Amino acid sequence: MADKLLETKNIAKEFGPVRVLDEINFDLYPGEVHAVIGENGAGKSTLMKIISGYHQPTEGQLFLDGQEIELGDIIEGEKNGIVMIYQELNLAEDLTVEENIFLGQEKKKSLLLDENKMKDETINILRELNSKISPGDRIKNLSISNQQMVEIAKAVRKEARIIIMDEPTSSLTRDEVKVLFDLIERLKQEQVGIIFISHKLDEVKEVADRVTVLRDGKQVKTEQSNNLSEAEMANLMVGRELKDMYPDKADGIKDNIVLEVKNFTVPGYVESASFQLKEREILGFAGLVGAGRTELLEAVVGLREKASGEVYQKGELIKIENYLDAVNHNIAYLSEDRKGKTLLTDKKTIFNLTLLALKKFTSPFIDHEKELKAYKEAEAKFEIQAPRTDMLVSKLSGGNQQKLGVAKLMEIEPEIIIFDEPTRGIDVGTKQQMYTFIKELTVERGKSCIVISSELQEIIGLCHRVVVMCDGKITGVVEEEDMNEETIMHYATGLRGVV
Amino acid sequence: MKIAKAFGLEDLKLDYSTFKAIGPLVALVFLFILATIINPAFLSAGNLRNVLARTAFIGIIAVGSTFVIVAGGIDLSVGSMAAFISGVMIIAMNSISGYLGFGIQTVLVGMAVSVGVGFLAGSFNGLFVTKGKIEPFIVTLGTMGIFRSLVTYLADGGTLSLDFGIRATYRPVYYQLILGIPVPVIVFALIAIISTIVLKKTSFGRYCLAIGSNYEVAKYSAINVSRIRTMTFIIQGLCVAIATILYVPRLGAASSSTGLMWELEAIAAVIIGGTALKGGYGRIWGTIVGAIILTLIGNILNLTDLVSPYLNGTVQGLIIIGAVMFQRGGNK
Repeated sequence: MADKLLETKNIAKEFGPVRVLDEINFDLYPGEVHAVIGENGAGKSTLMKIISGYHQPTEGQLFLDGQEIELGDIIEGEKNGIVMIYQELNLAEDLTVEENIFLGQEKKKSLLLDENKMKDETINILRELNSKISPGDRIKNLSISNQQMVEIAKAVRKEARIIIMDEPTSSLTRDEVKVLFDLIERLKQEQVGIIFISHKLDEVKEVADRVTVLRDGKQVKTEQSNNLSEAEMANLMVGRELKDMYPDKADGIKDNIVLEVKNFTVPGYVESASFQLKEREILGFAGLVGAGRTELLEAVVGLREKASGEVYQKGELIKIENYLDAVNHNIAYLSEDRKGKTLLTDKKTIFNLTLLALKKFTSPFIDHEKELKAYKEAEAKFEIQAPRTDMLVSKLSGGNQQKLGVAKLMEIEPEIIIFDEPTRGIDVGTKQQMYTFIKELTVERGKSCIVISSELQEIIGLCHRVVVMCDGKITGVVEEEDMNEETIMHYATGLRGVV
Repeated sequence: MKIAKAFGLEDLKLDYSTFKAIGPLVALVFLFILATIINPAFLSAGNLRNVLARTAFIGIIAVGSTFVIVAGGIDLSVGSMAAFISGVMIIAMNSISGYLGFGIQTVLVGMAVSVGVGFLAGSFNGLFVTKGKIEPFIVTLGTMGIFRSLVTYLADGGTLSLDFGIRATYRPVYYQLILGIPVPVIVFALIAIISTIVLKKTSFGRYCLAIGSNYEVAKYSAINVSRIRTMTFIIQGLCVAIATILYVPRLGAASSSTGLMWELEAIAAVIIGGTALKGGYGRIWGTIVGAIILTLIGNILNLTDLVSPYLNGTVQGLIIIGAVMFQRGGNK
């Protein structure tokens, strides 16, 4: 085997008194995909930030091509060919693809920009990546998957030798994932080393040559991925036997309809969609990215303008002009965008918890004691791990943020809860907690839930029925007994159902 | 920190962030000491009364600006608005004095007019921002010009003077002392207390912070963003009206140069006080300290020969920039 491209020796990192990484010996060969898995807070991000130069290790050494190096910042990292692609993509939204690819390193002809050269190079890179994006497209007009493509194109242009991908598939459709994996294959042939971080173990199994499992800042195992089953990976991550991910589906669904949506049209996104939600049911919404699921349900709860459509709650026509109307009808919506729409990341946890249900804590002044009590209860109920009650949300891990987001919704004691991608980007342990919680809501507390998810496994494992959307229309409703990935996929791609 | 630990003081948290939190107060104390050293006359009751009374106008307006800025807005029109309200108020009082005489009832009507015009002007700004979906900077840049030109028009390019009969009745609102404290200072203190409670203790205040912190999250938290933002502009309008009520008896006149640059002083007071210009974080006490600091600088320059009072603006400007640099220092 070739010489090691990268190696870390006994890397440790401390933030104040907290040791978040301990004795990590990680290595990477040219042309290899090395996956790093672990629950949120296991130290994956910190390790990657050390490798990319964003953080400096407290102890230990970093070797590149066998030479010890010290990276002062990410710029030095990139100079050494180490490029990190963050989960939250780092693109200038108003600039074009080409401008982003060359941002900060524009080609010049004397004083002026050499636009032709940059355009040609961009076209070449995009062709190499098999992408249909054009250099002049504005980033904000691209889908998230295409934005990710631009990030990768950026890395390719920088002639990266080590590319770190943080959850690259979390918002991609299946086809797009396939494109990404083809691309990774090609990068491997060019002897690029890839560090692949993901929560999706099937993908890790598929794409990675080796897997390193981190838990609580320690390296639990590094192994050829062929020698590890998905179940073994999951068990190593949580450090306990992970029983079936999904709780048993409960019976006890009542036949009465708690929510009926009729002929909803959201201009540009959804055309004449109708569906029903039964009492105590978990109703799934499946479909490819861009099918209009989020837009439909946001319109239902008044967060988006609709062109037409009616909502009936327990048979009665209700008027929802804005989200407050929905909340007053005990309908709550958890956005897929945790940091952009659910939580104020620069505010404290308590501030966020009570924001939606603030009236409950106000008479006429905000009762801080009551807020504190509610927080303590939520912290225990949802197992939110925050060392202090006055922590900023940005300091919480993704899983804990999500739990806080759910806790925030529950403060209004809703009857109908809509979860949009509730487990995106969170660790296996938290995912399982989320599933258990959703089930408990329906079974023990008699609520009804809608779950939008792009993970078919999750839909099948959790839901009683699933509404499938394709291209802004509802193409089918699949009952529990008929639920399998193939059927849902057929509806989702428009092969079956009315398009 | 190590020294603090050695003395067992770690609980006091004498770190940068604490220092940052009370920064404006530290600066104020420093200026006080400096002023006293330069000229002991600074500490005379007369001078302190003067400083505080002058602070009251900008201070009250800046309290309103704190709400606007905390909720992610900005209002550039307050100086012009003050001039416009002064003008309308003076015209209103002069014209009704023919019916009601020079007594207190005329002054009360004038005050009501002031509050009414302030409310309307604030609503105008607020509705264009929220319903018209135009940037607050643009809307209030527009109304800044509009209000200023309207008062010039009303004064026909000259000065609007309050009838001398009414002035005598109205005079105490600025000059009267209650328990040795000027009326404007008392009003200022009341507004400060009420505003602190509103910002910290009511859902409205909480919503302002949430909107300024992230507009989208506020929307997804069932907050009526448009209503709250409009209300911040109305509060601003009412604060300007109250400041104007206290200001008119001081000179008894309004012209196109009334309230010139007040918008900048108000915004400066808010920023010096530690409120984030991008919104989402703010504190009323900081704004008050900020307003006092601004007035103090002018006062100190008047009490000493070291620096020309004409350089007042320079010193103020440096302090604004310095304050923001200081606040940025802690976060990367």
